[in-house]
Amino acid sequence: MSEIKNYTINFGPQHPAAHGVLRLILEMDGEVIVHADPHVGLLHRGTEKLAESKPFNHSIGYMDRLDYVSMMCNEHGYVRSIEKLLNIEAPIRAQYIRTMFDEITRILNHLMWIGTHGLDLGAMTLFLYAFREREYLMDCYEAVSGARMHATYYRPGGVYRDLPDTMPKHAESKWTKGKTLKELNSWREGSLLDFIEHFTDYFPERVAEYNTLLTDNRIWKQRTVGIGVVSPERALQLGFTGPMLRGSGIAWDLRKNQTYAAYDKVDFDVPIGVNGDCYDRYLIRMEEMIQSNRIIKQCVKWLKENPGPVMLDDYKVVPPTRDAMKNDMESLIHHFKLFTEGYTVPKGEAYAPIEAPKGEFGVYLVADDSNKPFRMKIRAPGFAHISAMNEMVKGSMLADVVSVIGTMDIVFGEIDR
Amino acid sequence: MNNNKVSLEKKLKSHFGDLVTSIVSQHGEITCEVIPENWQQVCQQLRDDAQFSFAQLIDLCGIDYLGFGESEWQTEGVTNTGFSRGIKSKGPGRFSWEERKTELMDRRYAVVIHLLSIEHNMRIRVKCFAPDTGILAVPSLVKIWAGVDWFEREAFDLFGIIFVGHPDLRRILTDYGFVGHPFRKDFPLIGNVEVRYDEEKGRVVYEPVSIEPRVTIPKTIRKDARYAENQEQLEEDS
Repeated sequence: MSEIKNYTINFGPQHPAAHGVLRLILEMDGEVIVHADPHVGLLHRGTEKLAESKPFNHSIGYMDRLDYVSMMCNEHGYVRSIEKLLNIEAPIRAQYIRTMFDEITRILNHLMWIGTHGLDLGAMTLFLYAFREREYLMDCYEAVSGARMHATYYRPGGVYRDLPDTMPKHAESKWTKGKTLKELNSWREGSLLDFIEHFTDYFPERVAEYNTLLTDNRIWKQRTVGIGVVSPERALQLGFTGPMLRGSGIAWDLRKNQTYAAYDKVDFDVPIGVNGDCYDRYLIRMEEMIQSNRIIKQCVKWLKENPGPVMLDDYKVVPPTRDAMKNDMESLIHHFKLFTEGYTVPKGEAYAPIEAPKGEFGVYLVADDSNKPFRMKIRAPGFAHISAMNEMVKGSMLADVVSVIGTMDIVFGEIDR
Repeated sequence: MNNNKVSLEKKLKSHFGDLVTSIVSQHGEITCEVIPENWQQVCQQLRDDAQFSFAQLIDLCGIDYLGFGESEWQTEGVTNTGFSRGIKSKGPGRFSWEERKTELMDRRYAVVIHLLSIEHNMRIRVKCFAPDTGILAVPSLVKIWAGVDWFEREAFDLFGIIFVGHPDLRRILTDYGFVGHPFRKDFPLIGNVEVRYDEEKGRVVYEPVSIEPRVTIPKTIRKDARYAENQEQLEEDS
């Protein structure tokens, strides 16, 4: 009988469970993985180099396209670095709006994650539910910025515009009319804040539904409990952040520990795991959705009571209003300068991290007194996580690779940049 | 946290002495510089010494300082018909690969790491200039923080910095068979090659790029008077 040798299989880049364009070279001993070698970079667009060739504000839109399921959080990381270099701070109302939209984004991201993670492990239904809820949040994005996903809403010095007073309504069509139409538009009678408030009342029950589907589900537990275990020491060594770090039992959340925006003014809890396996990380993200909902509720309340400016009144960085531009010479000059050349940023370097849904997202900027960043480095949480792929799957079964990919919550927009 | 930072600066000075060549504090962040010979030793101590305990390496990246502080369109003279614009000047996107810099430049490539100490809730940035002797070599930190593995591969891929002691230094982000290090400032933004499907040959072929690089908004240097004070302070510190 001939000797049985290890063989290698190619997983992806066109595999539905590879979450995009991950190519995994797996060395197998039967069903057991001996070595996993992830090949990334198939989505590399050179965002950092592109940003070096453009004025600072032009790159905000690129940030949306990094981690394309947590768009506004990426923008937040970028504008915070610029603000640090310019030594400016957004007005308090803008800070609250950013906090609220960061949390909306977190829910968007976690819904996407639970949907696809579930789908990978054989829970089809959840995907449909998660996308139903995502649609409401996308409407919030659209109401505030005009785009469902790639918002480009945050700006150095605040946010682009204040929250709208009206929500766009569904129009009558062949299929939606009469009672259905009225029901569909019932949330949309008031302002955007009213709409979000409706959502926060509606959402906790939906999370409870997801929990009944999965948390005690035997198949779900078999696929996640004890899979992809990472000890706290290794999690630190491997540079894990966010839910991946908290899953291993380390209480670290930038929103609490190195607070920013309005996170020190809202009340929320940070869930921590115990065993560091896929199931714990699942529980953490589910709880994070509930906590995000709590934060959004508090922000809505504050924003309803406290009107005010959402942008700095500093024409060296922030363009003047259309009205001022048409009537005032100074403003016209500022407007012209800002839109042809942009603002210059003083020499220096800054790194301003935020707690993105996937972990620590930060932009390291090196400026040289010019209107373009000299060097921009995007610190993507997913990059550090996927580099630990080999360690997490070595010695486990082929099917567990899918669980591990899911639990890392990887998106190739940010890993390949 | 602010107290932490003041004391961190002092601690670094007293603990490392000459091992660290400079310590700069800006925007509430501390940056120190180390020569490659001391790179591993300083990092090891930053991780293990109880007063620092930087257990996590958050990020490692390369920087190419070519053209730092130079504007793209230099105004060379003013006549009564207008300003002259130097068309042939440097900047990303304006280089052609044939004109790339071959002479060696001191302090051109740097490796920068960002460290995080969860225990003391503080951050630090450590910088190390790779000596430009043709082969850029910096010792690898993979034995100190396992997570640095891919970050070093990335810096190697994009800048061509060789991390001595790295177990598996392969390209990571660029295509299989890619030539050059794309994030160097003398690598053109539009790249060197383009691909298309050749009907006759029945396969994808690589050809030199056919488009012209152009700059729509030039890089302009303006030393803003509002920040002059900070700058003086910074220069005094370093």
